[in-house]
Amino acid sequence: MTQMTRARLWRRFSWAASAALLLTGLLWLLNTRDETAPAGPPGPDNSAALLARGEYISRAGNCMSCHTVPGGVPYAGGRGIDTPFGTVFSSNLTPDRDTGLRNWSRNDFWRALHNGRSKDGHLLYPAFPYTSYTQVSRADSDALHAYLQSLPAVAARPPAHTLRWPFNTQAALSVWRALYFSPGSFVPEPVQSADWNRGAYLVRGLGHCSACHSARDALGGSSPLDLAGGLIPMQNWYAPSLSAKNEAGLADWPVDEVVTLLQTGVAPHASVLGPMAEVVLHSTQYMSPADLRAMAVYLKALPHSDNLAPDLPSAARGPRATALATSSSARAGAQLYENHCAQCHGEKGQGVAGAYPALAGNRALSMPATTNLVQIVLYGGYAPATAGNPRPYGMPPFMLVLSDSEIANLLTYLRSAWGHQAVEVSALDVNRARSGPQR
Amino acid sequence: MLLVGLLSTLTSPGVLAAAVFEDSIAQRTIACTTCHGPEGRAAPDGYYPRLAGKPAAYLYQQLLNFREGRRHYGLMTQMVAPLSDAYLMEIAQYFANQQVPYPAAQPHKAPASLLARGRELVLHGDAARQVPACVQCHGERMTGVLPQVPGLLGLPLDYLNAQLGAWKTGKRRAHAPDCMAQMVQRLSLDDINAASNWLAAQAVPAQSQPAPAHATAAAAAKAGVPVPACGSVALPTATAAPAGAAGRAAK
Repeated sequence: MTQMTRARLWRRFSWAASAALLLTGLLWLLNTRDETAPAGPPGPDNSAALLARGEYISRAGNCMSCHTVPGGVPYAGGRGIDTPFGTVFSSNLTPDRDTGLRNWSRNDFWRALHNGRSKDGHLLYPAFPYTSYTQVSRADSDALHAYLQSLPAVAARPPAHTLRWPFNTQAALSVWRALYFSPGSFVPEPVQSADWNRGAYLVRGLGHCSACHSARDALGGSSPLDLAGGLIPMQNWYAPSLSAKNEAGLADWPVDEVVTLLQTGVAPHASVLGPMAEVVLHSTQYMSPADLRAMAVYLKALPHSDNLAPDLPSAARGPRATALATSSSARAGAQLYENHCAQCHGEKGQGVAGAYPALAGNRALSMPATTNLVQIVLYGGYAPATAGNPRPYGMPPFMLVLSDSEIANLLTYLRSAWGHQAVEVSALDVNRARSGPQR
Repeated sequence: MLLVGLLSTLTSPGVLAAAVFEDSIAQRTIACTTCHGPEGRAAPDGYYPRLAGKPAAYLYQQLLNFREGRRHYGLMTQMVAPLSDAYLMEIAQYFANQQVPYPAAQPHKAPASLLARGRELVLHGDAARQVPACVQCHGERMTGVLPQVPGLLGLPLDYLNAQLGAWKTGKRRAHAPDCMAQMVQRLSLDDINAASNWLAAQAVPAQSQPAPAHATAAAAAKAGVPVPACGSVALPTATAAPAGAAGRAAK
């Protein structure tokens, strides 16, 4: 090896080393932005009012749903959250010294919520939606901290996450955060009403609505401000757009109906099933009418447009069902509707007020995404039993009654009946849901 | 496929097609009766268990077990997940109150030796291995015992085998202390198969209601093998509970 080659190699190595150092430094900087915690109010304040406020915030943030295993002690963690990268297990939020938050100061807790960093310094996985919670105010964070510290301590260590390499490394997580996360604060917009601002704070922050209602890319990133709809990872449910008029956009809804839906799970023109039933059950039904109203005002004012080409399964690109309305598959679907559905949903899809939703004119039937329809027909389900609707009616499961092609025919018929003009559903789409990962 | 075919002909919701909408608990439980048959009368020719006439407390506990992960069947778990304690109790009570006749026992193909072994286990247990007889708790007529021991007759063979198998592998659980889990641990898979086959082959007696509560202690006391203690849950006060707040708090 000549002197010159060696010098060139050394130069290259120095360049590479400096570049790596620079990149690491940049990642470190990006990952530690805004970590100087503003001081909370002085001294511990465990007044009943603060604890009640903290409990309310924990409801608004739906903390208990993820931080409790079914049938387990509330907030003791351990529930597995399935992601495309593996399973993340929720942490124990009770004040246990070894396995919970006993030693977490208000500052530690704030840093987790605001910066997505644990007390011991390691970065938290965004299955914990700190991309939204970063907007939560310091005062709300402190109240939530006080409430969690007031819970009975339970010793319970969650199982270790089972994420695949490289997603299980802090390095990969720091890159993800550099791409998708920056700490933020909610800044009110003075031109908007107080309701709008309160609604924006709740929807963007504690409510973490975008965790489901916005599309995620291949790395699981999404925009916390975008509520344009998205498939919920691993669950095979589509969280419809909250802005698109042809999905779940609320521009044309009276505020009161939005409030009723979030409070009771049912409203004159909609009811909630699947993941949203869980949200209403554990979270929104406990929120004050004023806060629900504020959220409705904010959601109604979202810039709206029709959702034409979201990230949908193949069916969305198929022929329009209207073209098939007279086809043999739609005729077979009409017969199936008559035999299995009409006794509850009505001969003309008119439904029964307060019990069975009308299907005629129902946006859920003609949305581009068909995955929810398939889920509901296959597995059925109940709206949540809430204080406002304690004895909901239920939809039977048809997974053993109807075949894949029968369900496809039925849905194709429904998507072309009563003036609907939506694309057909294929037997393959049904089959995919039948063999989904959650079964 | 055969199973699917049978279910679709026998228990399709089309059976209820003639019914006009009414604000009733029967209407509210159509989601249940699609699989479990009208009024919960599912016959032993499918997979799903009959609900009609089982003790309300038993049915209620099973609904909680599905909701809280002590029993595992995705369809059931998803169905009851958003429902409150009070509503689940009302549903349990509705099916418990249905008195509909049992169909005749299914024809069986099990060899006589297997049935004899099953009969012995069910009626007399196996003292050498500390296995109590099924009838000690489930009643001499095997139609269950109030308030919360289920009957064992009129159930599909596959369902019986699946349940006992799930107790053995720990997949099905009950509230601690879990007496069934302890007893099934003492059974081999052959024992389970024998007991299931014999039970599935029995006709349901004309008097098919669960026995009154005191029968359990009396029967257990006179038998040779002691029965481990069994756990249970407190029942909700059906009228008072505001939308089952307790259920949600437990989640």
